[in-house]
Amino acid sequence: MPQIVVENLIKTFRIAARAPGLWGSLTGLLKRDFREVRALDHVSFSISRGELVGYIGPNGAGKSTTVKILSGILVPDSGRVSVIGRTPWVDRIDYVRRIGTVFGQRTQLWWDLPVIESFDLLRDIYAISPDKYRASRDELIEVLELRELLDITVRQLSLGQRMRCDLAAALLHGPELLFLDEPTIGLDAESKLAVRELIRKLNKQRGVTVILTTHDMDDIEALCRRVLVISDGRILSDGTLQDLRASVTRERWLTVDLAEGAPIATVADPDAQLIRQEGRRFCLAFDPQQTSVPELIARIARKYPVHDLFVENPPIESIVAQIYAQRAAPAAHGITASGDSKT
Amino acid sequence: MIFDYIRLYCRYVDISLRGQMQYKTSFLMRSVGHFLVTGTEFLGFVALFNRFGQINGWTLPQMGLFYGMISLCFAISEAAQRGFDIFPNLIKSGDFDRILLRPRSPAFQVLGQEFQLMRVGRFTQALIVLIWSAKRLDIQWTVANLTLLLIAIVGGMCLFSGLFVLQATICFWTTESLEIVNCTTYGGVETAQFPVTIYRPWFRSIFTFVIPLATINYFPIHALLNLRDPLGSTRWVQWISPLAGVAFLLVCLQCWRFGVKHYTSTGS
Amino acid sequence: MKPYVAILRSRFLTLLQYRAAALAGIGTQLFFGFVRVMIYDGFYRSSSGPHPLTLDQVTTYIWLGQAMLLLAMLDVDKDVAVMIRTGNIAYEMTRPLDLYNLWFARAVSGRAAPLSMRAIPIFVVAGIFLELQKPSSAGAAALFAVSLVGALLLAASLVVLMTISLLWTVSGEGIYRLASPLIFFFSGLVIPLPMFPDWMQQWIAVLPFRALIDTPFRFYLGSFNTTAAVMALLHQYVWIVTLVLLGRLILTRGLRLLAVQGG
Repeated sequence: MPQIVVENLIKTFRIAARAPGLWGSLTGLLKRDFREVRALDHVSFSISRGELVGYIGPNGAGKSTTVKILSGILVPDSGRVSVIGRTPWVDRIDYVRRIGTVFGQRTQLWWDLPVIESFDLLRDIYAISPDKYRASRDELIEVLELRELLDITVRQLSLGQRMRCDLAAALLHGPELLFLDEPTIGLDAESKLAVRELIRKLNKQRGVTVILTTHDMDDIEALCRRVLVISDGRILSDGTLQDLRASVTRERWLTVDLAEGAPIATVADPDAQLIRQEGRRFCLAFDPQQTSVPELIARIARKYPVHDLFVENPPIESIVAQIYAQRAAPAAHGITASGDSKT
Repeated sequence: MIFDYIRLYCRYVDISLRGQMQYKTSFLMRSVGHFLVTGTEFLGFVALFNRFGQINGWTLPQMGLFYGMISLCFAISEAAQRGFDIFPNLIKSGDFDRILLRPRSPAFQVLGQEFQLMRVGRFTQALIVLIWSAKRLDIQWTVANLTLLLIAIVGGMCLFSGLFVLQATICFWTTESLEIVNCTTYGGVETAQFPVTIYRPWFRSIFTFVIPLATINYFPIHALLNLRDPLGSTRWVQWISPLAGVAFLLVCLQCWRFGVKHYTSTGS
Repeated sequence: MKPYVAILRSRFLTLLQYRAAALAGIGTQLFFGFVRVMIYDGFYRSSSGPHPLTLDQVTTYIWLGQAMLLLAMLDVDKDVAVMIRTGNIAYEMTRPLDLYNLWFARAVSGRAAPLSMRAIPIFVVAGIFLELQKPSSAGAAALFAVSLVGALLLAASLVVLMTISLLWTVSGEGIYRLASPLIFFFSGLVIPLPMFPDWMQQWIAVLPFRALIDTPFRFYLGSFNTTAAVMALLHQYVWIVTLVLLGRLILTRGLRLLAVQGG
């Protein structure tokens, strides 16, 4: 029995289109022109308890619309949504008691209060029993390492510290489901790693289902076995990261560093495409089904004075960018999974 | 259950006050400034009565009673309803979404946003005028009279609160400049500072039946001063008329609920 | 002179964008004016007089007051206040502009733009529908216009003074919050100044604030004979000069203080 079921979700927004300038403002007062934007177009998916799912898509794709509907603060035009056995927007005030949310860009803590007081206030707002609260609070303080931060005013916390506190705040009332929106935005490298690790721990140890919306692909790669891609209101892809990658391209990249002192012209191969060159470093894209990795390496090493080389997958960003682009222009360039290749 | 809400509200107020008291000098300056703003306004009326003697048969102390009562109610509402007053900010910043995600009534949470203590300036000034006027008019503060005063103040607080809620509800449809609704709140206070009989009949009707400000001070004061009302109200009516303020608030809260529904179906 | 005019112009144009706000504000002000006129009507019907102004004159005074509200509803320059609070004021000091002139230009344009957006519609509506009388003569109208310019300059000098005071009070709230309501009161916007008791008239006349509202309005109503007119204009300009010089003096002191403290 999946925890979240979304079926044929449709949501349309009417946006007022107003002509610019003074004349536009005046006519706008009399008559409003509306533009209809289909934010969600027959979106369907289901998520099981305890999953850690990534939800990605270009800006305006419908991510935040979906999350708003799942959290009960937006009502769709049509479609069925069942979360923890309930329809989110029906009896919203009771429903939101069971979910937690973290928005990376806005804290839910009170700016001028010490962290612990924000927690206490949330206890009162959520009407958590004193025993449950103490247990939950202490556990979260331990897991998220907040002991030194408790007496500090939220205003004075660093971004990374605030994010950890926000994570705790979202889980104090013991929700089974957590929505995370851009949790690592603006964090330095170390904090990002720490926050990711904490999210992983929370998902594993507490069994909290997590839906992660983000533009940071490293977050996705690090945390999510399953990724949903949405664009223009439609789900483009729903599966593991490997499936996602494979659905776009089998392409792999070979990066070659030429030895010092050797004359550089270019590094070329009939079965590979040069994508990038920086000084002595050349990056080639190739299809491992056309020419295997060892074959290509052997050919290159024979032809050129190679100092070092390595093989990798194209960065997930470029994969995702291609997916986003696919919806606009289905004709593929380069190497695709279907085996066609154009140069 | 009610007790739980009251406790939570006290917590909200406590937090809000502590936040404001962190800036003691600022708070003091603002309060004194507010006292001066309302005080100079009243001094103007004193000067006018000094010159004209009376208005439509009403003397300065009597007018002071009208002024004091309505101003007192308004000061309390001004302070408590600050969250609704700055509601456009909550919508624009996305903080209202956060409010919807919490398991409490949104109106209650907006109420708890801020309790603006600086309005104590107007409150103090209104209290002084009220006490002075009562003394000059030789009003005995019997249990009956105090009860009447209490009913009037509660009714007034509800009425003004309703206006603030209504003002905020408009934001669900447009965040364009809403200064015009100040006509109802600040304009309302201006209007009700004087007995409504000095206004033209059509104007008077609006402030008796649509936005029932007259029920807050005009009718109760006739009972308090044992006067016969030229508009024909009976003592009985004069005693319960402030409850119109309560009814008004309930209507406004319904509109608010409608507004929240609209917001959740159209997004922001 | 050129850079200050440019600043004046650009700020004026920026503030003109707040049209919607102005429109709503106009509605509110028409309401307030309407209520006030009814109140005075009540007073006048209750007493036979004589009074320093007739009901028609008071009505005109009230409507002019609503139109010219922003001349005496003074506040500090918000942008400069932020700069002082955050310490960015130090950057302003490195610019090749005279700081007082800059702030003065900002104050003038900061008043002129919203003022004209509100004054003209209110003037028109009140003049046609709400018993705002015409100026008592062409000469009166001319003097009214002249003294309005003076009022604007005076208002600017007061705004700059209040802004400068922020250099001292750390929390930035200070003096101007107390000064604002008093300026408003003694300008004639709460009660027309002629309506104040006789014993007050003398020293109200000395204070600068009447030159913001009362002086132009009395010109409009034709209340001044030649001597009084000259004295009134003189009063206005003497105060403008005094406050400007005072402002420059205090600003120099304040900036020196800031430089010593490290900015």
